[in-house]
Amino acid sequence: MTPTTSPTQAPDKDEVVRVFKEMLRIRRFEELASRAYTQGKISGFLHLYIGQEAIAVATADLMKDGDRVVTTYRDHGFAVALGCEPQRCMAELFGKKDGLVGGVGGSMHFFDRDKGMWGGYAIVGGHLPVAAGHAFASKYTGDGAVTLCFLGEGAMHIGATHEGMHLAGLWKLPIVFVVENNQYAMGTPLKRQTLVDDLTVRAPAYRMTSDRWEVTDVFETRRRLSEAVERARTDNQPALIELLTYRFRGHSMSDPAKYRTKDEVEVQRKKDPLYRTEQSLREDHGFGDDAIEAIDDAIVEEMQAAVDFAEASPQPDPEHRFRNHLVEDD
Amino acid sequence: MPTLQIREALREAMDEEMARDDRVFVMGEEVGYYEGAYKCTQGLLAKYGEQRVVDTPIAEAGFAGVGVGAAMAGLRPIIEFMTFNFSAVAFDQILNNAAKMRHLTGGQFTVPMVFRGPNAAAHMLSSTHSQAFESFYCGFPGVKVVSVATPYDAKGLLKSAVRDENPVIFFESEVMYGVKGEVPEGEYLIPIGEADIKRPGDQVTVITWGQGVPTALEAAKMAEENGIDAEVIDLRTLRPLDKDAILNSVRKTNRVVVSYHGWPYGGTGAEVADLIARECFYDLDAPVERVCYEDINFSYAENLEQLAIPSPKQIYEAIAKVAYHSL
Ligand SMILES: Cc1ncc(C[n+]2csc(CCOP(=O)(O)OP(=O)(O)O)c2C)c(N)n1
Repeated sequence: MTPTTSPTQAPDKDEVVRVFKEMLRIRRFEELASRAYTQGKISGFLHLYIGQEAIAVATADLMKDGDRVVTTYRDHGFAVALGCEPQRCMAELFGKKDGLVGGVGGSMHFFDRDKGMWGGYAIVGGHLPVAAGHAFASKYTGDGAVTLCFLGEGAMHIGATHEGMHLAGLWKLPIVFVVENNQYAMGTPLKRQTLVDDLTVRAPAYRMTSDRWEVTDVFETRRRLSEAVERARTDNQPALIELLTYRFRGHSMSDPAKYRTKDEVEVQRKKDPLYRTEQSLREDHGFGDDAIEAIDDAIVEEMQAAVDFAEASPQPDPEHRFRNHLVEDD
Repeated sequence: MPTLQIREALREAMDEEMARDDRVFVMGEEVGYYEGAYKCTQGLLAKYGEQRVVDTPIAEAGFAGVGVGAAMAGLRPIIEFMTFNFSAVAFDQILNNAAKMRHLTGGQFTVPMVFRGPNAAAHMLSSTHSQAFESFYCGFPGVKVVSVATPYDAKGLLKSAVRDENPVIFFESEVMYGVKGEVPEGEYLIPIGEADIKRPGDQVTVITWGQGVPTALEAAKMAEENGIDAEVIDLRTLRPLDKDAILNSVRKTNRVVVSYHGWPYGGTGAEVADLIARECFYDLDAPVERVCYEDINFSYAENLEQLAIPSPKQIYEAIAKVAYHSL
């Protein structure tokens, strides 16, 4: 999992391969989850991360022990990237006992504390003040950890987002807010949510540094993210970053995504960082179909094993429903 | 009589009220171009345009508050929450502005508006998305609270809610939008504050509302098969309560089960049980039974979720218990 090159160096072949694999792991995980959903093995809401994988992979590379990721309900990609075991992630989606949180949370509420996966929040914007609180604790204790808080562009317009960012700015907390602007909040394109094109215009009001780019290249994304992470770590300088990205699937499994055209999706496919990394393997590093397929087959096998594990995992023990509401409940 | 789904009945109610009164508008997330997360507002944008079918950003406190302000200034907003779980974000606007304004201004302002959307657990959405809000919204004065379970009630009560001069909290259900039922052609209103006997009976009274209604009706069928004649009362309005309907039935049957899809602690079910204990204690032949959610946060896992929700069998067992009938 550890990067073989630092964020600022040009990646060598092994590094391109590693990053390609990490992104592909998320994509295949999501595809198998999607299939299991249509087979009725996963229920509730399932929000897929397909198209946005590079962001989670770049983030995971920058994390040090104690750092935290706090994100939305579109959370499987971060979990897989942060090293949560795919079989436990899949078991969570299946509502099984071996799931990340024992089957109580499902798709929208992934948590794996020791891996730095600090949620999985399903109420839009509600996690921003909480993430600021993690950063407050870091500054308070001087633990040197950075909190990376992810949100959709749709979450920019809810009150808790402003309050969380405002407090992080006011108190100079070691946090990086990353807006994953995948263009749509459910069926609403950004231009019907706000009159500004650039969501980082708010940064100066919070005295945050800012940056904004289109995520087509995972290495560029890692390099530019690392600058903000390091400033947060060393100077308690919070940042607001907007990443232009795209989700190739509907908002959740129940959304047919009729609000966009095939042409639009085609244009985006060419920018897909996973596709681009594959192109780089082919063009810059001499990979042919066989070599790519071999990588893919191994990953599909890993993720299929996760599905098999999830299916075989038992349902939670019925008494489990009474546990953990209060500390005394165990 | 035409048969409609609950979502279609709600849509007809909004459509008719918007046609009747141009002060009525609908506002919420995805109500316009997407035609509603659950398609309750389908076709309304095409018919009434963007001024009256208003898509909002994700900003519940904002648009709930805009609704309050617009109502104070003479409009009649229908605010849709994608689900009531998200109304928690707007709670201050409802509690401190909508519910207080009439009293606080010495009657200078009224707040005629509706906050509507699905309430209670749907299916496998885990704790943040599976909450029953009747105890929250029935827990303070200054609002009316409605909960509907049939297309007929949905239409008639939503029309009344839109015309009411007060803020009305209007509960629907994600898992019941597709429920079908007969809805008469032409206009009708169902008064807020009136319960409805969904199944007459004279041995046990089952008091319920919302998602509890179909479950209670199934339980009543099981009771009938076992020789117990249960009456099912759908409260339809949770605040103010239709006390007469409750008490008349209890005085007739002398046995009560309160059954609903909501939490037990300090809730609407407790209020009903308290009313019965105070008003007709001496009519009771058995202690009042309550069958509702377990007092726990909801889990995603299907087995854990199902165990937390009252089943027809559990309600039937409670009916049998108050009837001193062996199972
Ligand atoms: C407070 C609140 N309101 C509404 C919702 C329902 N909802 C869930 S996701 C979503 C759209 C969010 O879009 P965005 O923030 O852009 O993130 P994306 O889903 O695109 O990753 C909505 C409206 C919610 N979960 N919480």
